[in-house]
Amino acid sequence: MSIYVNKDSRVIVQGITGTTGAFHTRQMLEYGTKIVGGVTPGKAGTKVEGVPVYSSVIDAVRATGANVSVIYVPPAFAADAICEAFDAGLDLVVCITEGIPILDMVKVKRFMQGKKTRLVGPNCPGVITPGECKVGIMPGNIHRPGTIGIVSKSGTLTYEAVHQVTGVGLGQSTCVGIGGDPINGTNFIDVLSAFEADPKTEAVIMIGEIGGTAEEEAAAYVKANMKKPVVGYVAGLTAPKGKRMGHAGAIISGGKGTAAEKIAAFKAAGIAVAESPADMGKTLARVLGAKVN
Amino acid sequence: MNIHEYQAKAVLANYGVTVPKGKVADTPAQAEVIAEEFGTPVVVKAQIHAGGRGKGGGVKLAKTPTEARKYARQIIGMNLVTHQTGHEGKRVKRVLVEQAGKIKTEFYLGVVVDRAASQIVMMASTEGGVAIEIVAARSPELILKEWVDPALGLMPYQARKLAFGLGIPKELTGKAVRLMLGLYKAFMDTDCSLAEINPLVLTEDGDLVALDAKMDFENNGLFRHQDIQALRDFDEEDPTETEASKYDLSYIRLDGNIGCLVNGAGLAMTTMDMIKICGGQPANFLDVGGGASTEQVTHAFRLIMSDPKVKAILVNIFGGIMRCDVIAEGVVAAAKALGLSVPLVVRLEGTNVERGKEILAESNLDIISAVDMEDGAKKVVAAARKAK
Repeated sequence: MSIYVNKDSRVIVQGITGTTGAFHTRQMLEYGTKIVGGVTPGKAGTKVEGVPVYSSVIDAVRATGANVSVIYVPPAFAADAICEAFDAGLDLVVCITEGIPILDMVKVKRFMQGKKTRLVGPNCPGVITPGECKVGIMPGNIHRPGTIGIVSKSGTLTYEAVHQVTGVGLGQSTCVGIGGDPINGTNFIDVLSAFEADPKTEAVIMIGEIGGTAEEEAAAYVKANMKKPVVGYVAGLTAPKGKRMGHAGAIISGGKGTAAEKIAAFKAAGIAVAESPADMGKTLARVLGAKVN
Repeated sequence: MNIHEYQAKAVLANYGVTVPKGKVADTPAQAEVIAEEFGTPVVVKAQIHAGGRGKGGGVKLAKTPTEARKYARQIIGMNLVTHQTGHEGKRVKRVLVEQAGKIKTEFYLGVVVDRAASQIVMMASTEGGVAIEIVAARSPELILKEWVDPALGLMPYQARKLAFGLGIPKELTGKAVRLMLGLYKAFMDTDCSLAEINPLVLTEDGDLVALDAKMDFENNGLFRHQDIQALRDFDEEDPTETEASKYDLSYIRLDGNIGCLVNGAGLAMTTMDMIKICGGQPANFLDVGGGASTEQVTHAFRLIMSDPKVKAILVNIFGGIMRCDVIAEGVVAAAKALGLSVPLVVRLEGTNVERGKEILAESNLDIISAVDMEDGAKKVVAAARKAK
């Protein structure tokens, strides 16, 4: 088992004919992901990496039976692409695009209401269930199938966590990058509840960063609802106030959203906090050891 | 992106918000001419991208045109320090000279994106003239909020609710509603992240006027607003940060002496934290992004080395899509082109890491290699201490 994607996921790529879309289509195919189609308006009938291209998401879905889409569309057109994917009734839409205007995302969130499709991202590395399916831009080779669920706002920091998990002899059930934008489709709580319900996942690493209150809300959820152990890390202890740290959402505004507040909330919820980013793997090993003993 | 008060007032005026009669002066003589034209009293206001200007001595009430000139002379060229500028303050280049009216009551009115609700929220408060963060901390019950359905926009009934809540006299309700709808429309039309009128004043002669205004624009939305981009004031920005943005690098200057070059925002923040944990202080945040080229890495190096505080550099790369060999080539090219004047510690991990390490070793450059992030941070902190 796993969450969100597995060996049976049938994936289409929106923006497949672009440089980024084509590059990652090849990478995902090499990993073994079932890429069944691509979408670029006006490019129907062509092929990319042997994958048939359609002019609309609904055409691609009808022709291929796809249930997942991954979006590599430029920011100006990404909100439209997300809505088109929702309209086609997919199970999961993963939006990699960075730089979508926040007011576009406000409208997308409104559009999403009452629809069954799940959006992961935007501005995220994607979702991977090691050995089965990679939907996104993460390097597949660092992942190992296993029992640790990872959820994170950051891309490369997730790779660091994966590396450390592998370093202590464990693997990952599924890794979900929820993205670094202030408004996103899937939040920490959505992923935590999915990991809690997933029989294969034994423990979770949750990686947050400065800005907003998603970590505090997640901590409250963990305290009230989770039986599986959770290891936490929060990036940005040294981040100055009022400055956007790369991610659109990573900003301490009005003195709110500091790493210290989030770490305190994690600890109050019984989450095992890795004080140093070098200790995510070790903290996980300690927590699992304690559980076994 | 931020703009000046006088620019924000011009934008809002186009949306039907009443603003005081005012003009910008670059010189004391101009300030005097404007005061003569408008008739006194006038307010002389420093134009910098920071709040708290009054407390810092950047806002003065002039009773005569001569006084307007005197205050403008004091303010233009001054280094204005407020709670938002940092200790170094900001140099004032121009003042806004405005006709001063008689104030009866001050209110707060603002529009922001509520991240948790994924909606736009309009906030209003009777605590005008006070920073909204302070009101939120001290007496949150005094902040009225209306969340907006983006499909409908701010509805007139919502604006009426806010106007009634503020106790605005009923003969001015219609005007208040138009002003609020105008503020919301300005926010949406220009891709704002913040649009704030603080204070919004009720004058003795029964008008509603935006006495101060602040607009911040969301960077991701700027591409569709050439007119707003034209309002950017480069003098208000850190020159290195501006330079970095030209190359799609995300750079933020900090106070320490260890330069950092990292791929990914989360890992870049984490690298700074790791340096701190190991007893050092980062000189910058620098994210080269997911797909940096050799050229970008060279630019990144140049930016880091342009900071005279930097005593050592840590490169921390977890190569995913960005291959370690490409990064290694960039590091070597940059170090050779720019000359390596401070110790350089490099930690590479991920795709093509072996080839990357070979490239660094073959370069004959004096590069200290690290096995992981913690090792890298320890080595760079030690190198910076030695270099002092």
